[in-house]
Amino acid sequence: MRLHQIAHCRTGDKGNISNISVIAYDRRDFALLADLLTPAHVKRCLAGIANGAVERYELPQLGALNFVLHNALGGGVTRSLALDAHGKCLASAMLEIEIPER
Amino acid sequence: MKTLRIGTGAGFAGDRIEPATDLARYGNLDYLVFECLAERTIALAQQAKMQNPETGFDPLLERRMRAVLPVCYENKTRIISNMGAANPQMAGKRTLEIARELGLKGLRIAIVCGDDVHDRISPDQFELMETGQSLADLAKPVISANAYLGAGPIAQALADGADIILTGRVADPAMFLAPLIHEFGWAMDDWQKLGRGTLVGHLLECGGQITGGYYADPGPKDVPDIANLGFPLAEVSEDGNAIITKIPGTGGLVSVATCSEQLLYEVHDPAAYLQPDVIADFSRVTMTQDGPDRVFVSGGDGHARTGKLKVSVGYVDSFVGEGQISYAGSSCVARGRLALDIVDQRLKMTGVNCLETRRDLIGLDAILGQYDGDTSHIPEVRARFIARTASLADAKRIGEEVESLYLNGPAAGGGVTQSARQIIAIVSGLINETVPSPTITMLKV
Repeated sequence: MRLHQIAHCRTGDKGNISNISVIAYDRRDFALLADLLTPAHVKRCLAGIANGAVERYELPQLGALNFVLHNALGGGVTRSLALDAHGKCLASAMLEIEIPER
Repeated sequence: MKTLRIGTGAGFAGDRIEPATDLARYGNLDYLVFECLAERTIALAQQAKMQNPETGFDPLLERRMRAVLPVCYENKTRIISNMGAANPQMAGKRTLEIARELGLKGLRIAIVCGDDVHDRISPDQFELMETGQSLADLAKPVISANAYLGAGPIAQALADGADIILTGRVADPAMFLAPLIHEFGWAMDDWQKLGRGTLVGHLLECGGQITGGYYADPGPKDVPDIANLGFPLAEVSEDGNAIITKIPGTGGLVSVATCSEQLLYEVHDPAAYLQPDVIADFSRVTMTQDGPDRVFVSGGDGHARTGKLKVSVGYVDSFVGEGQISYAGSSCVARGRLALDIVDQRLKMTGVNCLETRRDLIGLDAILGQYDGDTSHIPEVRARFIARTASLADAKRIGEEVESLYLNGPAAGGGVTQSARQIIAIVSGLINETVPSPTITMLKV
């Protein structure tokens, strides 16, 4: 199954850095998300998007992870040639990540 | 315990106007805040002002003021906005004229200036966050340099009796923090309170993004009556904790889920959200549903400010030319790729100097990059060729080559669009907080 079934996401941009939150619908799934979505795994799944370092911050009380993707926006919103220069759609790429069936 | 009601009238320059009027009319608000400055807006406004000194402020200022001023006057709701952009003086003057026309006697309009630090930074000593090089090394024409001011000057203007405050660049959350400082008498070194006020500001500053906008995903995330989305308001307590809600009868949704998405929007380390007045700490924030469309937010914190202010510098970076054309049917991907190859080859053959190019098949790979799956069932694609150039003339050549595919390219291409534009880009750096000298000018209706 896909992450879309147990979590929701929102993307934000600052310069050439994108951040994507991953929030469990059910806080009991937080441990599973924290276990599966290591920065290395996210960087692999978002190959071609996350071109730099990937950092992860945890907010267990909200069932949330926050991923910070460096060098992910084609040089930054104001000069990128990308159709989605803000990377607003990237949250949807995160939600496509496959997770084990339960 | 005293509670302050602060609403959002706009979350960006192009935001809707009637939800702001509804909020002003029915929200029982103490303050209505309009956040209208994206990263690049001031640089573009500065360019407009250079063409015509009467402009350079938010183009929707007049419509917004006409819509909300009478009801805000009647309800004693004070207005705070960065709609001054590159020309707060002229925004103030225009607002004064509108208020006079509407007969709103006694209204006081404060203009906060001082964010423009173009003359106060030395390009060879101003280090860019993005590259580590100096602004001088960038060797591009600089249009604007604006510091993100804090809540101090706005709180001062409120203390001076302002009903409307118009600013240029200030930190977005500071526009919401300032009335809390003013009304609750928070000290400028009460880091926890300033952190909590910043949290309220951060949650409210994007308007509908916390009331169910930018959230809907039919099925797992249904949002009722979203076309009638209500803008948010916060009921803030003296301790800085707050209820986020919206007015009854509007569409949308305020839930722990919508608030959680907004909490992390454009945040990197939640424990260190850097602001002019405080390092806000969102890492231990808790949220609980307090009723329908009511979420209680608590646990915000803060740490001593850095003493530095972020400065956004707008400069003329380059030109960009773009062309698009559509193909349909089972071989559309192959024809789209051929079209892009032709454009690439033609630009080289005709000596167009492209500094950077990008080619997309919209519908296939434009957003998420390379698509490796089967393409035989893709019903249609839109080929897009875009390039960065050093001149507008070269930028225009991109669209021309795409357009010429009509008669000279692959079969059955249609719907060409083209554009060429100058790119004003933004770089950032830090200055000492003592560099700008904010000023307040008061106008009386």
